[in-house]
Amino acid sequence: MTGHHDDHHHHSHDHDHSDLSETELRVRALETILTEKGYVDPAALDVLIETYETKVGPRNGAQVVARAWSDPEYRARLLHDGSAAIGELGYAGRQGEHIVVVENTPSQHNMVVCTLCSCYPWPVLGLPPVWYKSAPYRSRAVRDPRGVLREFGFELDPGTNIRVWDSTAEIRYLVLPMRPAGTEGWSEERLADLVTRDSMIGTGFPKQPHEVA
Amino acid sequence: MDGAHDMGGVAGFGAINPEPNEPVFHAEWERRAFALTLAMAKPGGWNIDMSRFAREDRPPQDYLGRSYYQIWLVGLERLMLERDLLRPGEIEAGRIFQPPAPISARLMASEVATTLRRGGPTEREAIAPARFKVGDRVRAKDIHPPTHTRLPRYARGHVGVVERICGCHVFPDSNATGSGEDPHWLYTVAFNGKELWSDAPDASVQVSVDAWEPYLEAVDAD
Repeated sequence: MTGHHDDHHHHSHDHDHSDLSETELRVRALETILTEKGYVDPAALDVLIETYETKVGPRNGAQVVARAWSDPEYRARLLHDGSAAIGELGYAGRQGEHIVVVENTPSQHNMVVCTLCSCYPWPVLGLPPVWYKSAPYRSRAVRDPRGVLREFGFELDPGTNIRVWDSTAEIRYLVLPMRPAGTEGWSEERLADLVTRDSMIGTGFPKQPHEVA
Repeated sequence: MDGAHDMGGVAGFGAINPEPNEPVFHAEWERRAFALTLAMAKPGGWNIDMSRFAREDRPPQDYLGRSYYQIWLVGLERLMLERDLLRPGEIEAGRIFQPPAPISARLMASEVATTLRRGGPTEREAIAPARFKVGDRVRAKDIHPPTHTRLPRYARGHVGVVERICGCHVFPDSNATGSGEDPHWLYTVAFNGKELWSDAPDASVQVSVDAWEPYLEAVDAD
């Protein structure tokens, strides 16, 4: 990414400057002004974008979960001090300074939300998807989490309690899903392929072995 | 503030509609708005609570009518306007009106990785013992400050149980107004769904918030 100056060339259809939305024009103007004022280094913007588009994402969290499934001592450390154990795998920093890992069990399912804005454990999950930041999810997760889960296509066992974690402070929550049956002897690498982003938010479950065969 | 951002339990927003295989950003301007916001925190000198308040402190129709990164954009503009880092009309004109106000530092490309990795921890050394202990019943106060707060409306007035003591953390209500970090003990307080929503469809639900000590009051033992 070299900046926005030529991004109309990226469109294969007939956009030109006159078609740009007010917001697009505003952001372009703002970047130009802040660069001219000497407040931002345009190369730093490119690094920030590249970091969250290509380096930091739910694949990180999947590695953490796969390690916890494979190594009982690691799992114990992870549940005791999330940030420290996650740091062992090299993931740390902004929006993950104080991570608490909550474990799904047959009797409790965990779901994470931020009703006030969009708090999310960036180092392990990357930037949140639109639905996580949206009014429908933020409003309903704390009131009808079972219905929310159903909307994601999952029917939770009626005997399983639901715990919703509203991220109202700087603690960030990561769900440790249950390891799917039929994965005995799998390597961490194979296990990580089962771990979906949504299973670490609590709006989904890991894939089943036959789904990645 | 009791704003549109405080959405827990509000009815009528409809279906969630997750997007399959969603990209990290949906437009080039989102990438740039995101990066500008992160990059300007260093020269701007504001903190995360000031940023949150700049985004949420707007009429409900304005907050609800903008997309996520559009809210970030207006929040960023406001923070800069308040500090004369941006002058009214400069964006519309697409040029600088006056020599730029001086800044103490800017974020260079070479510093991005270490800056992100350092993050912004909010835990501070305790200056007093914690008032509550795990297992205590506490009531979330029925407060309605006009300024920034992180106690959601749906919890106010309700009784929950202290489940975890998270340490002493920067107090957003103070930090957002520039009145200092004023760290307080932070607790994870769990509420029964039936306590929060008497008509809740599901009695098996527990909801927790992370609440600073000033948000909570003791509930006398029965």
